[in-house]
Amino acid sequence: MKRMGMWCCSVLMLWLLGTPLLAQTPSAVASASSPATASTPEVPPAVTDKLNALEAKVVKAQSSADNAWMLVSAALVLMMTGPGLALFYGGLVRRKNTLAIMMQSFALMALITVRWALVGYSLCFGGSGPVIGDFKMALLRGVGAAPNPDYAGTIPQSTFMIYQLMFAIITPALITGATAERMKFSGTVLFMTLWFLIVYAPMAHMVWGKGGFLNASLGGRFPTLDFAGGTVVHITSGVSALVCALYMGKRVGYPKQAMPPHSMVLSFMGACLLWVGWFGFNAGSALASNSLATSAFVATHFGAAAAALSWSLAEWVKNGKASALGAISGAVAGLVAITPAAGFVGPRSALGIGFVAGIFCYLMVTKFKAIFGYDDSLDAFGVHGAGGTIGALLTGVCARASVNAIFGEGKPVGGLDGHWGQVGNQLVGILCAWGFALLGTMVILKIVDVTTGIRVAEEHEVEGLDITQHGEEGYNLES
Amino acid sequence: MMKIEAIIQPSRFESVKEALVEIGIEGMTVIEVRGHGRQKGHTEVYRGREYTVDLLPKIKVELVLPDQLVNQAVDAILKSAKTGKIGDGKIFLTRVEEAIRIRNEERGESAL
Repeated sequence: MKRMGMWCCSVLMLWLLGTPLLAQTPSAVASASSPATASTPEVPPAVTDKLNALEAKVVKAQSSADNAWMLVSAALVLMMTGPGLALFYGGLVRRKNTLAIMMQSFALMALITVRWALVGYSLCFGGSGPVIGDFKMALLRGVGAAPNPDYAGTIPQSTFMIYQLMFAIITPALITGATAERMKFSGTVLFMTLWFLIVYAPMAHMVWGKGGFLNASLGGRFPTLDFAGGTVVHITSGVSALVCALYMGKRVGYPKQAMPPHSMVLSFMGACLLWVGWFGFNAGSALASNSLATSAFVATHFGAAAAALSWSLAEWVKNGKASALGAISGAVAGLVAITPAAGFVGPRSALGIGFVAGIFCYLMVTKFKAIFGYDDSLDAFGVHGAGGTIGALLTGVCARASVNAIFGEGKPVGGLDGHWGQVGNQLVGILCAWGFALLGTMVILKIVDVTTGIRVAEEHEVEGLDITQHGEEGYNLES
Repeated sequence: MMKIEAIIQPSRFESVKEALVEIGIEGMTVIEVRGHGRQKGHTEVYRGREYTVDLLPKIKVELVLPDQLVNQAVDAILKSAKTGKIGDGKIFLTRVEEAIRIRNEERGESAL
């Protein structure tokens, strides 16, 4: 029975992955049928003025539409950190650490925002170096209503700036899942500040910044397809999470003592908010309110759904029950894996990627972690590191020019287009993200260890971080 | 005077209460407790990690009654709390020496 189930799963998986997008209609090619007429008869100036005015209005209308969607997307991405991630992680910890883990997410909303204005935005998107930006836009100099045509030509650069900031906030917040229930608040603040500068900023510049050597649309040497942050967000945070878990060691009592989630209800609400927020994360990464945004929106949704089902299915086969935690963890794993692919694949590939990611992350979280015995408290590596890696790899396989001709009209994009070299490019991107995260995090942990310290004292850990780090309690049942 | 301590399934509490009120019992103390007898617990699995939960939620009803009401009350509890499955709980009876009403310091059965 079990074997048959497994067999069926793999057939379904192969079908989902392998089906060429037969029904996919080629995206509407803008008909460029406006050859300059050779001899223009004289046009009365009044008509020219009218045409100019009309053109200006068209530009303004498009900018308004794109800007509306991008502002909403930015807000959706912030919602993923607070309350989304804060609730998701908050429910998974024990009661005595609820407020502390939520506070870590919230602190990052404030901390990274200020760092972003000071130097962060400029380091990620300023200049055109291969590895990191510059300081030209430090303190947001020159960032205003005028668009930055390198990145998003139809929206104010301020909109692009605030949208990208929300990514920089959630990425370090993901790491707190691995350090949960035992990291000092002071250590967290210092770690995250350094991590943002040393790991996130270079990685974001390499993949998304002008001149970055992994940038796929602005002529990087190894064009890595990463639509919304599979490498930049999920691999970097997930791998750093693993390093943190290994460096810090296990929580007191792990794995003998039972540490079940204290409120699945909070986690459930958090996961649902993450799912909704992810539309801003992925569809917003089109940086315009266009058909590519729709395509990414659809892929995101299908990826999440397929992974929720496949994780649940795996659990059902293994334990005889499909748990709520399994379903929501699967959805998050699917969302992670579809993140790099969202703007490059059609809905059927999205289903396939989600299905694979759900099972892969389930195995990482249940089997792999048990074999190696590290204490990644809330599975930041098992879901984000693993899901991000498999997603980035499958993006290279499934990306289609018919969805997003990023290398130019008519040029193949991913393996299914016949361009298998893209899988190699993806590997370079993945290795860079892993390498940067591993090395950067080790250096940062050393620095934090000798300054503020990383781990709370054992008695504080037993008492709980709510009281010992913040002097309050998440639940004051007597008041 | 006897004290009745009945440990029952939470799902049976409402019908136990009704049965007791029906035979004219006016006061009771109810406590939410956790424990197990032969029933043992269950296992929960969170992301592949198994936890055994062996203390299950129960309701404890405490009554102190004049002797002549005790048998009637025990019968009422037996009838209303029984589901026939393991885990239905237990009834304990103990003799009570004295009862005192705090408001007017009445003593004995009239204080009940």
